[in-house]
Amino acid sequence: MNSELFLIAAYAIIWGGLFGYVFFAAGRRQVLAGRVRILEELISEQGAGK
Amino acid sequence: MTSSLREKICISLAGLLFMTAIYMVFVYAPTERVMGPIQKIFYFHLSCALVTFLSFFTAFVSAIVYLIKKDLKWDILGAASVEIGLVFTTLVLATGMLWGRPVWNAWWTWDPRLTTSLILWFIYGSYFILRSSVDRQEKRAVFCAVLAIVGFVDVPIVFLSARLWRTIHPVVIRAGSIDMAPAMITTLIVALIAFTCLWGLLLYQRTRTLTLAGRVRLLERQLDGEGI
Repeated sequence: MNSELFLIAAYAIIWGGLFGYVFFAAGRRQVLAGRVRILEELISEQGAGK
Repeated sequence: MTSSLREKICISLAGLLFMTAIYMVFVYAPTERVMGPIQKIFYFHLSCALVTFLSFFTAFVSAIVYLIKKDLKWDILGAASVEIGLVFTTLVLATGMLWGRPVWNAWWTWDPRLTTSLILWFIYGSYFILRSSVDRQEKRAVFCAVLAIVGFVDVPIVFLSARLWRTIHPVVIRAGSIDMAPAMITTLIVALIAFTCLWGLLLYQRTRTLTLAGRVRLLERQLDGEGI
Protein backbone atom coordinates (compact mmCIF):
# COMPACT_ATOMS: atom_id res chain seq x y z
CA MET A 1 0.00 0.00 0.00
CA ASN A 2 2.76 2.39 1.02
CA SER A 3 4.65 1.64 -2.18
CA GLU A 4 1.51 2.32 -4.24
CA LEU A 5 1.04 5.70 -2.57
CA PHE A 6 4.56 6.71 -3.57
CA LEU A 7 3.87 5.54 -7.12
CA ILE A 8 0.69 7.64 -7.29
CA ALA A 9 2.56 10.64 -5.87
CA ALA A 10 5.33 10.24 -8.47
CA TYR A 11 2.90 10.09 -11.37
CA ALA A 12 0.93 13.03 -9.94
CA ILE A 13 4.14 15.07 -9.83
CA ILE A 14 5.08 14.07 -13.39
CA TRP A 15 1.64 14.90 -14.79
CA GLY A 16 1.17 17.97 -12.64
CA GLY A 17 4.60 19.26 -13.63
CA LEU A 18 4.21 18.52 -17.32
CA PHE A 19 0.66 19.86 -17.64
CA GLY A 20 1.57 22.92 -15.61
CA TYR A 21 4.54 23.60 -17.85
CA VAL A 22 2.61 23.00 -21.08
CA PHE A 23 -0.20 25.35 -19.96
CA PHE A 24 2.30 27.96 -18.80
CA ALA A 25 4.09 27.77 -22.17
CA ALA A 26 0.85 27.99 -24.17
CA GLY A 27 -0.49 30.87 -22.05
CA ARG A 28 2.75 32.83 -22.25
CA ARG A 29 2.79 32.46 -26.04
CA GLN A 30 -0.77 33.75 -26.34
CA VAL A 31 -0.01 36.74 -24.11
CA LEU A 32 3.07 37.60 -26.18
CA ALA A 33 1.21 37.18 -29.48
CA GLY A 34 -1.44 39.59 -28.17
CA ARG A 35 1.20 42.10 -27.15
CA VAL A 36 2.87 41.92 -30.55
CA ARG A 37 -0.50 42.62 -32.21
CA ILE A 38 -1.21 45.61 -29.97
CA LEU A 39 2.27 47.06 -30.40
CA GLU A 40 2.13 46.66 -34.19
CA GLU A 41 -1.27 48.42 -34.26
CA LEU A 42 0.10 51.24 -32.11
CA ILE A 43 3.08 51.67 -34.40
CA SER A 44 0.95 51.65 -37.55
CA GLU A 45 -1.52 54.15 -35.98
CA GLN A 46 1.35 56.38 -35.05
CA GLY A 47 2.73 56.10 -38.56
CA ALA A 48 -0.67 57.03 -40.06
CA GLY A 49 -1.03 60.01 -37.72
CA LYS A 50 2.23 61.58 -38.80
CA MET B 1 -0.64 21.71 -44.59
CA THR B 2 -0.84 24.76 -42.28
CA SER B 3 1.47 25.00 -39.28
CA SER B 4 -1.48 25.04 -36.85
CA LEU B 5 -2.89 21.82 -38.34
CA ARG B 6 0.56 20.22 -38.21
CA GLU B 7 0.83 21.30 -34.58
CA LYS B 8 -2.57 19.79 -33.74
CA ILE B 9 -1.58 16.50 -35.39
CA CYS B 10 1.68 16.43 -33.40
CA ILE B 11 -0.14 17.20 -30.13
CA SER B 12 -2.70 14.43 -30.81
CA LEU B 13 0.09 11.99 -31.67
CA ALA B 14 1.97 12.83 -28.46
CA GLY B 15 -1.26 12.45 -26.45
CA LEU B 16 -1.96 9.07 -28.04
CA LEU B 17 1.61 7.91 -27.36
CA PHE B 18 1.33 8.98 -23.72
CA MET B 19 -1.95 7.13 -23.25
CA THR B 20 -0.38 4.01 -24.78
CA ALA B 21 2.66 4.42 -22.51
CA ILE B 22 0.46 4.75 -19.39
CA TYR B 23 -1.55 1.68 -20.39
CA MET B 24 1.63 -0.30 -20.94
CA VAL B 25 3.20 0.86 -17.65
CA PHE B 26 0.20 -0.11 -15.53
CA VAL B 27 -1.32 -3.03 -17.43
CA TYR B 28 1.14 -4.57 -19.90
CA ALA B 29 4.47 -4.40 -18.03
CA PRO B 30 4.89 -6.99 -15.28
CA THR B 31 5.33 -5.92 -11.66
CA GLU B 32 8.92 -6.24 -10.51
CA ARG B 33 9.43 -9.06 -7.99
CA VAL B 34 11.61 -7.32 -5.37
CA MET B 35 10.47 -3.68 -5.43
CA GLY B 36 6.81 -4.26 -6.30
CA PRO B 37 4.59 -1.57 -7.92
CA ILE B 38 6.94 1.30 -7.02
CA GLN B 39 9.32 0.09 -9.76
CA LYS B 40 6.76 1.39 -12.29
CA ILE B 41 8.13 4.89 -11.65
CA PHE B 42 11.17 3.70 -13.59
CA TYR B 43 9.61 4.04 -17.10
CA PHE B 44 8.91 7.74 -16.75
CA HIS B 45 11.88 8.44 -14.47
CA LEU B 46 14.37 7.11 -17.04
CA SER B 47 12.51 8.72 -19.96
CA CYS B 48 12.64 12.10 -18.20
CA ALA B 49 16.38 11.59 -17.55
CA LEU B 50 17.15 10.77 -21.18
CA VAL B 51 15.09 13.73 -22.41
CA THR B 52 17.06 15.90 -19.97
CA PHE B 53 20.32 14.77 -21.58
CA LEU B 54 18.84 15.42 -25.03
CA SER B 55 17.84 18.95 -23.97
CA PHE B 56 21.25 19.82 -22.60
CA PHE B 57 22.95 18.29 -25.62
CA THR B 58 20.79 20.50 -27.88
CA ALA B 59 21.73 23.52 -25.74
CA PHE B 60 25.41 22.52 -26.02
CA VAL B 61 25.26 22.25 -29.82
CA SER B 62 23.24 25.49 -30.11
CA ALA B 63 25.82 27.28 -27.95
CA ILE B 64 28.70 26.15 -30.20
CA VAL B 65 26.80 27.13 -33.36
CA TYR B 66 25.91 30.50 -31.81
CA LEU B 67 29.54 31.24 -30.95
CA ILE B 68 30.53 30.41 -34.55
CA LYS B 69 27.68 32.11 -36.45
CA LYS B 70 26.59 34.79 -33.94
CA ASP B 71 22.99 34.28 -35.04
CA LEU B 72 20.54 34.96 -32.19
CA LYS B 73 18.15 32.20 -33.26
CA TRP B 74 20.69 29.68 -31.88
CA ASP B 75 20.72 31.53 -28.57
CA ILE B 76 16.91 31.27 -28.46
CA LEU B 77 17.05 27.55 -29.26
CA GLY B 78 19.66 27.08 -26.52
CA ALA B 79 17.58 28.97 -23.94
CA ALA B 80 14.46 26.95 -24.83
CA SER B 81 16.39 23.66 -24.53
CA VAL B 82 17.87 24.60 -21.17
CA GLU B 83 14.45 25.61 -19.84
CA ILE B 84 12.88 22.31 -20.91
CA GLY B 85 15.90 20.39 -19.62
CA LEU B 86 15.55 22.06 -16.24
CA VAL B 87 11.85 21.12 -16.01
CA PHE B 88 12.70 17.49 -16.78
CA THR B 89 15.68 17.47 -14.36
CA THR B 90 13.31 18.65 -11.62
CA LEU B 91 10.92 15.80 -12.48
CA VAL B 92 13.81 13.30 -12.47
CA LEU B 93 14.95 14.45 -9.02
CA ALA B 94 11.40 14.49 -7.61
CA THR B 95 10.44 11.05 -8.93
CA GLY B 96 13.84 9.67 -7.89
CA MET B 97 13.24 10.84 -4.33
CA LEU B 98 9.78 9.26 -4.30
CA TRP B 99 11.27 6.02 -5.57
CA GLY B 100 14.18 6.16 -3.11
CA ARG B 101 12.05 6.61 0.01
CA PRO B 102 10.34 3.17 -0.03
CA VAL B 103 13.28 1.33 -1.66
CA TRP B 104 16.34 2.84 0.07
CA ASN B 105 14.42 4.09 3.11
CA ALA B 106 15.75 7.61 2.46
CA TRP B 107 14.44 10.58 0.51
CA TRP B 108 17.93 11.64 -0.41
CA THR B 109 21.43 10.22 -0.15
CA TRP B 110 24.71 11.81 -1.31
CA ASP B 111 25.22 9.06 -3.84
CA PRO B 112 27.38 10.02 -6.91
CA ARG B 113 24.43 9.76 -9.33
CA LEU B 114 22.14 11.88 -7.16
CA THR B 115 24.79 14.42 -6.30
CA THR B 116 25.92 14.95 -9.90
CA SER B 117 22.26 15.26 -10.98
CA LEU B 118 21.68 17.93 -8.34
CA ILE B 119 24.81 19.76 -9.53
CA LEU B 120 23.39 19.60 -13.07
CA TRP B 121 20.17 21.20 -11.81
CA PHE B 122 22.13 24.01 -10.12
CA ILE B 123 24.33 24.63 -13.19
CA TYR B 124 21.40 25.03 -15.54
CA GLY B 125 19.39 26.90 -12.90
CA SER B 126 22.21 29.46 -12.80
CA TYR B 127 21.89 29.75 -16.59
CA PHE B 128 18.62 31.65 -16.08
CA ILE B 129 20.07 33.81 -13.31
CA LEU B 130 22.83 34.75 -15.75
CA ARG B 131 20.31 35.30 -18.54
CA SER B 132 18.23 37.70 -16.53
CA SER B 133 21.21 39.61 -15.16
CA VAL B 134 22.77 40.77 -18.45
CA ASP B 135 20.90 43.43 -20.43
CA ARG B 136 22.78 43.53 -23.72
CA GLN B 137 21.45 40.78 -25.96
CA GLU B 138 24.71 39.82 -27.69
CA LYS B 139 26.72 39.84 -24.47
CA ARG B 140 24.06 37.77 -22.72
CA ALA B 141 23.98 35.26 -25.56
CA VAL B 142 27.78 34.81 -25.43
CA PHE B 143 27.82 34.35 -21.63
CA CYS B 144 24.93 31.87 -21.78
CA ALA B 145 26.56 29.95 -24.63
CA VAL B 146 29.77 29.59 -22.61
CA LEU B 147 27.82 28.41 -19.56
CA ALA B 148 25.86 25.90 -21.68
CA ILE B 149 29.12 24.47 -23.04
CA VAL B 150 30.88 24.33 -19.67
CA GLY B 151 27.74 23.01 -17.93
CA PHE B 152 27.44 20.17 -20.42
CA VAL B 153 30.61 18.65 -18.93
CA ASP B 154 28.42 17.42 -16.07
CA VAL B 155 26.07 15.45 -18.38
CA PRO B 156 28.49 12.57 -19.20
CA ILE B 157 29.57 12.63 -15.53
CA VAL B 158 25.93 12.08 -14.47
CA PHE B 159 25.57 9.27 -17.01
CA LEU B 160 28.82 7.54 -16.04
CA SER B 161 28.62 8.21 -12.28
CA ALA B 162 26.76 4.97 -11.54
CA ARG B 163 29.28 3.03 -13.64
CA LEU B 164 32.51 4.65 -12.46
CA TRP B 165 31.91 5.00 -8.73
CA ARG B 166 30.46 2.76 -6.05
CA THR B 167 26.79 3.65 -5.92
CA ILE B 168 23.44 2.33 -4.77
CA HIS B 169 21.71 3.70 -7.87
CA PRO B 170 20.81 0.81 -10.20
CA VAL B 171 22.38 0.59 -13.66
CA VAL B 172 19.87 -0.93 -16.07
CA ILE B 173 21.43 -0.22 -19.45
CA ARG B 174 24.86 -1.74 -19.76
CA ALA B 175 27.04 -2.10 -22.84
CA GLY B 176 25.17 -4.45 -25.16
CA SER B 177 22.43 -5.52 -22.74
CA ILE B 178 19.43 -4.30 -20.74
CA ASP B 179 18.71 -6.16 -17.49
CA MET B 180 14.92 -6.32 -17.89
CA ALA B 181 12.09 -8.53 -19.09
CA PRO B 182 11.15 -8.03 -22.80
CA ALA B 183 7.72 -6.55 -21.87
CA MET B 184 9.48 -3.99 -19.66
CA ILE B 185 11.87 -3.06 -22.48
CA THR B 186 8.96 -2.54 -24.90
CA THR B 187 7.16 -0.36 -22.34
CA LEU B 188 10.32 1.66 -21.77
CA ILE B 189 10.76 2.22 -25.53
CA VAL B 190 7.15 3.43 -25.91
CA ALA B 191 7.55 5.78 -22.92
CA LEU B 192 10.81 7.06 -24.39
CA ILE B 193 9.20 7.77 -27.78
CA ALA B 194 6.28 9.56 -26.05
CA PHE B 195 8.63 11.75 -24.01
CA THR B 196 10.85 12.53 -27.01
CA CYS B 197 7.74 13.54 -28.98
CA LEU B 198 6.63 15.83 -26.14
CA TRP B 199 10.13 17.25 -25.89
CA GLY B 200 10.12 18.12 -29.62
CA LEU B 201 6.74 19.82 -29.29
CA LEU B 202 7.81 21.78 -26.22
CA LEU B 203 11.04 22.85 -27.86
CA TYR B 204 9.17 24.11 -30.91
CA GLN B 205 6.65 25.97 -28.74
CA ARG B 206 9.23 27.55 -26.43
CA THR B 207 11.48 28.59 -29.32
CA ARG B 208 8.52 30.36 -30.93
CA THR B 209 7.57 31.98 -27.61
CA LEU B 210 11.09 33.28 -26.99
CA THR B 211 11.20 34.60 -30.56
CA LEU B 212 7.92 36.43 -29.87
CA ALA B 213 9.38 37.84 -26.63
CA GLY B 214 12.30 39.20 -28.65
CA ARG B 215 9.88 40.77 -31.13
CA VAL B 216 7.93 42.41 -28.25
CA ARG B 217 11.18 43.92 -26.91
CA LEU B 218 12.05 45.23 -30.37
CA LEU B 219 8.60 46.78 -30.92
CA GLU B 220 8.64 48.35 -27.45
CA ARG B 221 12.01 49.90 -28.18
CA GLN B 222 10.68 51.13 -31.51
CA LEU B 223 7.71 52.77 -29.75
CA ASP B 224 9.94 54.30 -27.06
CA GLY B 225 12.19 55.69 -29.76
CA GLU B 226 9.22 57.28 -31.45
CA GLY B 227 8.17 59.00 -28.24
CA ILE B 228 5.03 57.21 -27.04
